Amino acid sequence: MLTKRIIPCIDVDLDEDGNPAVYTGVNFEDLKYTGDPVEMAKQYNEAGADEFVFLDITASADGRETMLDTVSRVADEVFIPLTVGGGIRTKDDIKETLRAGADKVSINTAALQRPELVEEGAKAFGNQCIVISVDARRRYDEEGEFYADVDGESCWFECTIKGGREGTGIDVVEWAREAESRGAGELFVNSIDADGTKDGYDIPLTKAVCDNVSTPVIASSGCGGPEDMYEVFTEAGADAGLAASIFHFDEYSIQDVKSYLDERDVPVRL
Amino acid sequence: MSTTHPQEETLADVVVVDYGLGNLRSATRGLERAGANVTISDDPDSIDEADGIVLPGVGAFGDGMENAGPFREALVDAAENGTPVFGICLGMQMLLTSSEEADKAGQGDVEGLDLIPGTNVRFKEGQKVPHMGWNELDVQRDHPLVEGVDGEYAYFVHSYYAVPDDEETVLATTDYGVDFPAMLANEAGNVMGTQFHPEKSGETGLQILRNFVEYCAER
Repeated sequence: MLTKRIIPCIDVDLDEDGNPAVYTGVNFEDLKYTGDPVEMAKQYNEAGADEFVFLDITASADGRETMLDTVSRVADEVFIPLTVGGGIRTKDDIKETLRAGADKVSINTAALQRPELVEEGAKAFGNQCIVISVDARRRYDEEGEFYADVDGESCWFECTIKGGREGTGIDVVEWAREAESRGAGELFVNSIDADGTKDGYDIPLTKAVCDNVSTPVIASSGCGGPEDMYEVFTEAGADAGLAASIFHFDEYSIQDVKSYLDERDVPVRL
Repeated sequence: MSTTHPQEETLADVVVVDYGLGNLRSATRGLERAGANVTISDDPDSIDEADGIVLPGVGAFGDGMENAGPFREALVDAAENGTPVFGICLGMQMLLTSSEEADKAGQGDVEGLDLIPGTNVRFKEGQKVPHMGWNELDVQRDHPLVEGVDGEYAYFVHSYYAVPDDEETVLATTDYGVDFPAMLANEAGNVMGTQFHPEKSGETGLQILRNFVEYCAER
């Protein structure tokens, strides 16, 4: 039986000396240094992670070269699927990233701005390596396409850019369907509302996407522990759950999460 | 052609066929970790001296066969001479005779390598496609490739699966709505494949790569 995937994610920036380093958000904004990306990837691999997501948050040209080198070093050590995101804007960026050793690339803003990029990437490299990432935000007005009932209120989900600081007016579910029809192989659903709260994933959001696409969905943002993973798999129908700080700060191990799920009959790779 | 240099003493010389598709880095590193001296080659003439040949692959059947076209004769010769040939993912599907995928893509009858007679079909409606993620291996019969992997998990990404004419070629199955062949080998045993990616399947995958490299070394 196909198992639910547990995926640790690292945000990688350059430190003061220009070396790649993992930073983890604490209470929304403060970033705390948490380790060396290659070492952390090795540890998560050994700990039983099902995949690994590496997000380049440098957003600079200099940083990009260093990041590709780091991706290669991670890929040489870690024999599980590796998804790389951050700053991927063109078909050439996709090619470079895959060549560095990524199995999949995660594309966010660039795909919203130019949806043809999804087709170009899928056609050239296969659907399976094109992951479309969205940063969703709840909106309670009348401008969306797909509405969900959240605590008795009707709301829709808007795609945002720039870390949630800017709205696009595009409905997340509508965009997910479009990305799928253009060839996305997987959808990576982040929630601006849930991010950093550790109060659990945005279930109505994740469910709305899962109910409207047949592409695998990775739920992200808000995970505070195993019970949140359980909820997003059983109530929203996600295929994979992503988490960062609970793993980085050793609050829970990957095995803690998997044991919890296994005891409750959610299929996992033990 | 490029040769990589692993640190430890190697057991066998393995050629990874580079026909222009996919990321060969992980497969190469995985084989090296398993004890192989790996050569990545886009030259069909280079494969006849190898102890083993790996046919990787992602993407579509028609494109794969088109790009691998120049290797067809060399691969068939090597297989008939008893050289171990290992197809990964699309590389395994290409070992069979045909695929529904080429028909669906309007490419008509694209001929596979026909080293393991059979075809490849798409998962039925009602299952999420692609079948993506970790799923369990249920070993069906003995072969050096399946040593130590019964009941373990491997990483799959595919929309089509193999249906060999001879059920005896099925080494292991996996359940995704249907029990489909996860690992195959021909009657002689030297042509084999995995539908999943051993180079992405953690310790289980490395075990399979070690099994392959040891099989190459023992020949």
